[in-house]
Amino acid sequence: MISARGLGKRYGDRRVFAGVDVELPAGGLLLVTGPNGSGKTTLLRILARLAAPSAGELTLPPREQVGYVGHAPMVYRELTALENLTLFGKLYRVPERQERVGMLLERFGLWDARHDRVDTYSRGMQQRLALCRALLHEPTLVVLDEPYNALDAAGADLVDSVLAEPRTWVVATHDPRRVEERATARLAFA
Amino acid sequence: MTYIRDVGALARKDLLLELRAKETLPAMLLFVLSALAIFHFALPNGSADTAARGLLWSALIFTALLGLTRAFVAEREQRMFDALVLAPCDRSAIWLGKAIAVFAFLVAAEVVALPAFAAFFAPVDGRTVAAVALADVGICAVGTLFGAMAVAGRARELLLPLLFLPMAIPIVVGGIGGFLWFLVLYDAIFVLLSWASFEYVVAET
Repeated sequence: MISARGLGKRYGDRRVFAGVDVELPAGGLLLVTGPNGSGKTTLLRILARLAAPSAGELTLPPREQVGYVGHAPMVYRELTALENLTLFGKLYRVPERQERVGMLLERFGLWDARHDRVDTYSRGMQQRLALCRALLHEPTLVVLDEPYNALDAAGADLVDSVLAEPRTWVVATHDPRRVEERATARLAFA
Repeated sequence: MTYIRDVGALARKDLLLELRAKETLPAMLLFVLSALAIFHFALPNGSADTAARGLLWSALIFTALLGLTRAFVAEREQRMFDALVLAPCDRSAIWLGKAIAVFAFLVAAEVVALPAFAAFFAPVDGRTVAAVALADVGICAVGTLFGAMAVAGRARELLLPLLFLPMAIPIVVGGIGGFLWFLVLYDAIFVLLSWASFEYVVAET
């Protein structure tokens, strides 16, 4: 699913990281840890096909099979949750879109607020919606950057249940205890 | 067909965002009316029609620039480019959807601006309306491409005018002169170039 050899990233003269090797078979979970500024987010953006590496060889699934949750929820604040997911459902050509959108909103506890604008949502609700967007098209690879951010206990349990699904996961978190047991590969940035 | 559906969904999204936020179009309307009012009092009585038309085109270009400056605000502030480029749709659909929305805002501003120009200065003939419509296509094509480029830059408020205004000079020349064939040619070239090059503007780096 993911194969990286000698992966590196530079911004001009500044080296973000170098010599990263990753082998993650389908169904695995890669846990990425490290302090702020160590390059976790940059690596995740590369694995999500949002950035290109400066060095190394990388094999990834195609773009349409990748789901990504970053630091920002990446949803339109002036639109409702339903409008956001309907838009991305169209762009991802999700079959039986309405059913899929409804199922996700129900599962993530946003059904009752589906007609509310996202700018009226709490940060935790926005994070739940971001997860809905990332999972909408049934991606085979899901890249999650700090997925537990802003979530209450129920929301964090939801993330745990999502991570039990048979997909390939890359998770960066400052709280690795929740993911540790499921991790099949680990990458620690210094 | 899928491409057209993607463009439709993206343009509809931008129109809906403006309908909710009501930020861009009111600002464009206020700007163009204020500019024409200022020009009305600034231009001496008995000035030539050409001078008045020049001021109309200046007002329209800067009104368009105002709209283009706002065009990618949601994508920038809410990191929506990441979400959009991850989608499996053709990336040029993002450009076309945005250009259509900007075109709609610009036409709406001109629906008010042209009668206002007629009231302040001189009647607007069919040739001018046709020139404005053709100019809008080129403005939106080039401006949307540059707007996306500027979003990625640090000095984005500076970058867009620096990129866009030189490219708007031929539009003003064609518009004031009433050279419709020239505007058609400009549109054909720059719509094609912008459509084909947008992929590289949003490519991962």
